[in-house]
Amino acid sequence: MIIKCPYCGPRDVIEFTYQGDATRKRPEPLSNDPDVWNAYVYDRSNPSGLHREFWLHSGGCRQHLVVTRDMTTHAISSVAFARDIASGGQA
Amino acid sequence: MAELQSPIGSAYVTGDHGNAAGGVGVTIRERIGLSIIQITAWSDTIPEVLTAIGSATGLVLQNKPGLGRVAGEKSVFGFAPGRYFVVAATPELELRLRSVISADLATIIDLTHGRTVIRVSGPDAEWVLSKLFAIDFSEHAFPIAYGRATLHHDIHANIQHIDDETFDLYVFRTFARSFWKTLGHAAEEVGYKVE
Repeated sequence: MIIKCPYCGPRDVIEFTYQGDATRKRPEPLSNDPDVWNAYVYDRSNPSGLHREFWLHSGGCRQHLVVTRDMTTHAISSVAFARDIASGGQA
Repeated sequence: MAELQSPIGSAYVTGDHGNAAGGVGVTIRERIGLSIIQITAWSDTIPEVLTAIGSATGLVLQNKPGLGRVAGEKSVFGFAPGRYFVVAATPELELRLRSVISADLATIIDLTHGRTVIRVSGPDAEWVLSKLFAIDFSEHAFPIAYGRATLHHDIHANIQHIDDETFDLYVFRTFARSFWKTLGHAAEEVGYKVE
């Protein structure tokens, strides 16, 4: 699998570290509902088709990325810096 | 000041090695006497830092991924957003950079004692390096003077494209002797000279 890093360009997946599901929303910090926190920590949907994921380009520019990947074909439709997404951009 | 010893040590054997039938495919040597400084700009200070690097070294860069400049023994290149290697054969390089780059603009780390620089040149340089690193070394993908950060068997390395047949490899000092031997094995096929 080749991931096209926004800084480094296309690189083999061995340079990247998977960092999990990028679609989760952290619960309200003051929440003490154990079911909500349990779902946040443990539940994953494992969808077929497009999925947003965090990846770290650990073997290159060391930037955190948000990758949109098709879970059935591994085709990657977008890659963006996670910090740009966090500040309001779109992957 | 104590003289920095090469970590390659007894593995550094000058002369011709490997397959001599086709001539010398690559020439390899360690670049010594360099100052290697890493500069990391804050996200909103990159243009000022590039201007400051230009004023300290004479090598002016635009803010473009991987862009670099080379002038004789001096070089500079980016390898991540806001991160640059600045290299020169002068022990005052760090002081010179600190005089123009305050902590408000960037952090400065002297990596002189932490990296070994190996220059690989010759008509088969791309071929040999392609055995070791999973990146495209051709000029259209890796233009001259540009820099890269990548892996060699899970170990980080930086590479700068110096001219059409020459690359500088920045490897960890503690890893340099092992890497030097691996490089020699990779180059045996094409014949190599150690200067």
